[in-house]
Amino acid sequence: MTAVATPFFFYFLSGIAILSAIVMITKVNPVHSALALIVSLLAGAGLYLMLYAPFMAAVQIVLYAGGILVMFLFVMMLVNIEDLYVEKMLNKQWKVGLAATAMLALLMLGGLLRGAKTLPQQVVNLPEQNNVQQIGLLLYGRDTGYYMFPFEIASLLLLVAVVGAVVMAKRRV
Amino acid sequence: MLEIGIMHYLVVGGLLFLIGMVGVITRRNVVIIFMSIELMLSSVNLNLVAFSRLYGLHGQVFSLFIAADAAAEAAVGLGILIAFFRNRATVNMDEVDLLKW
Repeated sequence: MTAVATPFFFYFLSGIAILSAIVMITKVNPVHSALALIVSLLAGAGLYLMLYAPFMAAVQIVLYAGGILVMFLFVMMLVNIEDLYVEKMLNKQWKVGLAATAMLALLMLGGLLRGAKTLPQQVVNLPEQNNVQQIGLLLYGRDTGYYMFPFEIASLLLLVAVVGAVVMAKRRV
Repeated sequence: MLEIGIMHYLVVGGLLFLIGMVGVITRRNVVIIFMSIELMLSSVNLNLVAFSRLYGLHGQVFSLFIAADAAAEAAVGLGILIAFFRNRATVNMDEVDLLKW
């Protein structure tokens, strides 16, 4: 397999993703945060393309950047954000939170260093031409549909989420 | 430059997860906390897709389920946010104490 995924594109895309994620959590105005999150998710879609997953890249763009972020921006128009600049940005326990995050970072570093030896060296030859077809066969196929029952449960979950969102937003709770 | 392996993607996913966790723990605005949760879910998706490079397509199918889960979570969470804003007229996380008393 010829390497489409050159190191330059990897460092470029992951740098964009991480920098815009840092911008997202440091902006005061949530609209700016939402725009930075869109940039981060689009860079993540580029990383999916480099991993030979074009269907997941399309889902990332359509569902995250197109659906969820539009919903966030719509909700920001409903809530009042005028008094953000006079209030404090961080809450009271932010030092403890940063310490806990540093401990989790150490744990993840240890896990990655220990687990690096156990990964298989051989990569699977993923078919990028018929990626969508292969995923569809895993979801719906008669013999290969391992994920048909979880797919039905996911549709039930989305139904419950729609009903819950309507009930929460409609009347005075 | 050295060859890009699965480990690089796992490190990027871990960094995005940690940034999202810092956003969840330290910020006061509920909307930004929800966006940080979306970032954490997306970084987990990146890990799963990176592992599907090693073990076949099952990781991509599972990350599809996580994406559906993220959509459901965002819908319900923003509905709760609207109901909370209607009651308290704020989006400050420190004011969310209705279940405390």
